[in-house]
Amino acid sequence: MERPIRVLVAKPGLDGHDRGAKVIARALRDAGMEVIYTGLQQTPQMIVEAALQEDVDCIGLSILSGAHMTLLPKITTMLRENDGADILVVAGGIISDEDALTLRNEHGIAGIFGPGSSTHAIIDFIREHVQRSSVEG
Amino acid sequence: MELVAKARAGNRRALARLITLVEAGDAQAQTALAALYPYTGHAHIVGVTGAPGTGKSTLVTQLALHWRSLGRTVAVLAVDPTSPFSGGAILGDRIRMQSLGGDSGCYIRSMASRGSLGGLSRATGDAVKVLDAAGFDIVIVETVGAGQAEVEIAREAHSVVVVEVPGMGDDIQAIKAGILEIADVFVVNKADREGVERTVRQLQMMLHLGSGEHRDGWEPPIVQTVSNTGKNIAEAAAAVERHFEHLKNNNLLELRERERIEREWKMIMRESLLRQLLQRLEPQQYEQLLNQMAERQLDPYAAAKQAIETVLELS
Amino acid sequence: MGNQITTDAGIPVEPIYRDTDRQPEPDAGQFPYTRGIYPTMYRGRLWTMRQYAGFASAHETNERFRYLLGQGQMGLSVAFDLPTQLGLDSDDPRAEGEVGKVGVAIDSIDDMATLFAGIPLDKVSTSMTINAPASVLLLLYELVGAQQGAASKTLTGTIQNDILKEYAARGTYIFPPRPSMRLITDTFAYCAERIPRWNTISISGYHIREAGATAVQELAFTLANGIAYVQAAIDAGLHVDEFGPRLSFFFNAHNNFFEEIAKFRAARRMWATIMRERFGASDERALTLRFHTQTGGSTLTSQQPLNNVVRVTLQALAAVMGGTQSLHTNGFDEALSLPTTEAATLALRTQQVIAYESGVTASADPLGGSYLVESMTDEIEQRALALIRHIDDLGGAVRAVEDGFIQAQIMDTAYEYQNRVESGEQLVIGVNKFVTDDAPVPIFKPNEAVAAEQCAKLAKLRAERDQAAVDAALADLQRAAEGTANVLEPMREALSRRATVGEVCGVLRTMWGEYRPDVAI
Repeated sequence: MERPIRVLVAKPGLDGHDRGAKVIARALRDAGMEVIYTGLQQTPQMIVEAALQEDVDCIGLSILSGAHMTLLPKITTMLRENDGADILVVAGGIISDEDALTLRNEHGIAGIFGPGSSTHAIIDFIREHVQRSSVEG
Repeated sequence: MELVAKARAGNRRALARLITLVEAGDAQAQTALAALYPYTGHAHIVGVTGAPGTGKSTLVTQLALHWRSLGRTVAVLAVDPTSPFSGGAILGDRIRMQSLGGDSGCYIRSMASRGSLGGLSRATGDAVKVLDAAGFDIVIVETVGAGQAEVEIAREAHSVVVVEVPGMGDDIQAIKAGILEIADVFVVNKADREGVERTVRQLQMMLHLGSGEHRDGWEPPIVQTVSNTGKNIAEAAAAVERHFEHLKNNNLLELRERERIEREWKMIMRESLLRQLLQRLEPQQYEQLLNQMAERQLDPYAAAKQAIETVLELS
Repeated sequence: MGNQITTDAGIPVEPIYRDTDRQPEPDAGQFPYTRGIYPTMYRGRLWTMRQYAGFASAHETNERFRYLLGQGQMGLSVAFDLPTQLGLDSDDPRAEGEVGKVGVAIDSIDDMATLFAGIPLDKVSTSMTINAPASVLLLLYELVGAQQGAASKTLTGTIQNDILKEYAARGTYIFPPRPSMRLITDTFAYCAERIPRWNTISISGYHIREAGATAVQELAFTLANGIAYVQAAIDAGLHVDEFGPRLSFFFNAHNNFFEEIAKFRAARRMWATIMRERFGASDERALTLRFHTQTGGSTLTSQQPLNNVVRVTLQALAAVMGGTQSLHTNGFDEALSLPTTEAATLALRTQQVIAYESGVTASADPLGGSYLVESMTDEIEQRALALIRHIDDLGGAVRAVEDGFIQAQIMDTAYEYQNRVESGEQLVIGVNKFVTDDAPVPIFKPNEAVAAEQCAKLAKLRAERDQAAVDAALADLQRAAEGTANVLEPMREALSRRATVGEVCGVLRTMWGEYRPDVAI
């Protein structure tokens, strides 16, 4: 039996709007994934630490506060520094097309999903892009 | 195995990978467990179980903080149920454990129950071995305490804490869940709520209604805590430690460990035997036996006997 | 028989409504105020057009305020940035990337003075969307008023100060529920004595709705929270006829037109009854539910954003026909960013067209007596009352929030809605129906230099002020927080000595702890 995909869902920054994050968490669960939900006000350090401890395949970040250009690159940088570059990182929230382009091309955020994105699109994207790295001993 | 050496040296990424590996339970997992096993047997394994809404995760966090303040390293394994419909799970215990973040002496891992009863206690037991071998002084296994599967996991611990809260209907949740008898320590959490005396009284009554003889000559203490404020956490931790001392001083720890190992060994043999049996049984014969049972020509006992005899003759 | 049609809250809608033997509702201005709280409603006075605004520094927001007042806006509404809303100074590590983003950054009395420079505080009414540290910002407002020479007794406005819905839906809480409730009742008591014309709380369904609740849940949870605040104030020794008139409400307006109007009517009737029957209020002003409305942010789409102008118009019309006392209309570009000046102006113009061209303001409760609207009002009331009874059974709104009941209810509805949109059962124009490629629209660009400016100002402030005086005042605050004395007096003293928002909240954080949610998904 294939092991389920493990996803960390977190809200970096200070905004408290977690409707999107919670809806996504449920949708991922209903798609057969194991979702580690860490909730509000997560610093980049907290997110990276949790992702590594939980050995997740993917990190899903939801941010509506406008702090994405500060916080998201920090998270991917810290992942790289801590041997976690193979973890797929996707983000959702109010992120302009211009910022999305920069985050994708320069900061390793693989997928960005704005308001109105369907959960199916997000699920398919994660399934297609996670690296099921074998564990080498 | 390099991962084992790394994990024992404190590499958290390696530790996390090892748990993923043993959780999957394949051939690679067995190699890893073989390499780990000599280093196990040192941690104090504490089970914490209780119904949803009892504040378990906050209690676990406070216990962990308390033990950390005494310089002991703590790992937490938080087990939540897998959805029977999708096979997925939402694991949300970390939310309440945020004050444990950023501490290298502390490690939290969320685990989904994934499938069968036996499979769950095996995976949890193996994950505990990884954490034990990685050198944590205390390994806390937190479970929902709602069903038999969770009770099985809690039974694998040295000391079991059952968490209650006042005012969740008239019943003591532990009785409902059939977990009264596995408790070594009762914690009545949210003790600042009305009805706390009543809950404590009910627990005392239930304990004394029992056979009068307590397991291992240990009467489970009842501790009232408010985990949101940290009230009486030190007392709860002390009760857990006293229980562990009691086990050690009366040579019960060794006994329990032997029993646990025996149970595990038998379970592994049972699983392994079944797997081998099924592998060796011809698919046509398998189908045939199944059909005969479905058509009520053969009963399951006779079918089992036939299958086993066929395989044993072949081997 | 055709397909069953329901409102957004799942209330079945009949193909036609007919006369029943139902007694007509009393006129507007008469108990239970279903038809409005004033006899002549908008003939006497229009609603207050109050656009929520605030971004970057106090100086830039001050300019936008003065622009909006010049365009005919009647009251101010301040949006604070997230660090301010969480009681953190701009130089706190947790504030990184957030300073001045979703609102204005206020760290001290200096920033507050800049924010209202040239705006006479005894002449405007000001609404502040601030909750966990509401008392701190209100005191800064009072202190700036004093600097301008405006007496506290003349100040009018509203602080949101509704912490229960922060736990339930909005997420900007600091302290645990119990000390938070004490801070709120301290604020009630302080205002009754010193700032009697101030609305001490705006009990908000807006964010509960945005988080996914239905109209019925929005109404039920908001009134249940209202009940909890009234009970807490009574338990703290205050009299319901004294603080009752200072309670105000804040609702959402979504697209389902008649359901929204019925919701506002049901809200007035329910609150008047609750205040009279349950709490024994007799002062008419304590019975009447006054409310602000904002159009639904979550109904805006980033696809075909100009469609949002139409949605906002429908929603604003529902609010007006439902008898709102003040209104914020969203900018059409707010699913993409904060509104540009053009979008914010168009939003205000939308209200002005309704007010001055549509004619809907001529009569109170223009849909009163409509078979459909009266029936829907009754139905919403019954469903909301049933939910309130359930919350009472759980031990009240504080306990229901602590136990995650309200959060779980909201989440269930949010998820069902999402699934209905994805299955196409719920149509959203431009998202799952009539989809086209979007032409880009201009986007508001925040000023990224604010954080550095705020940090520099803070460094200067800390160097200049009399530190010993600040420390002494903070120590007084700590003593008050430990005991039962009103904490607002020592808070005001500390703020007047230029203690920062973060320092004042820091003392309370140390004393009361920080809230960690018990989350149900």
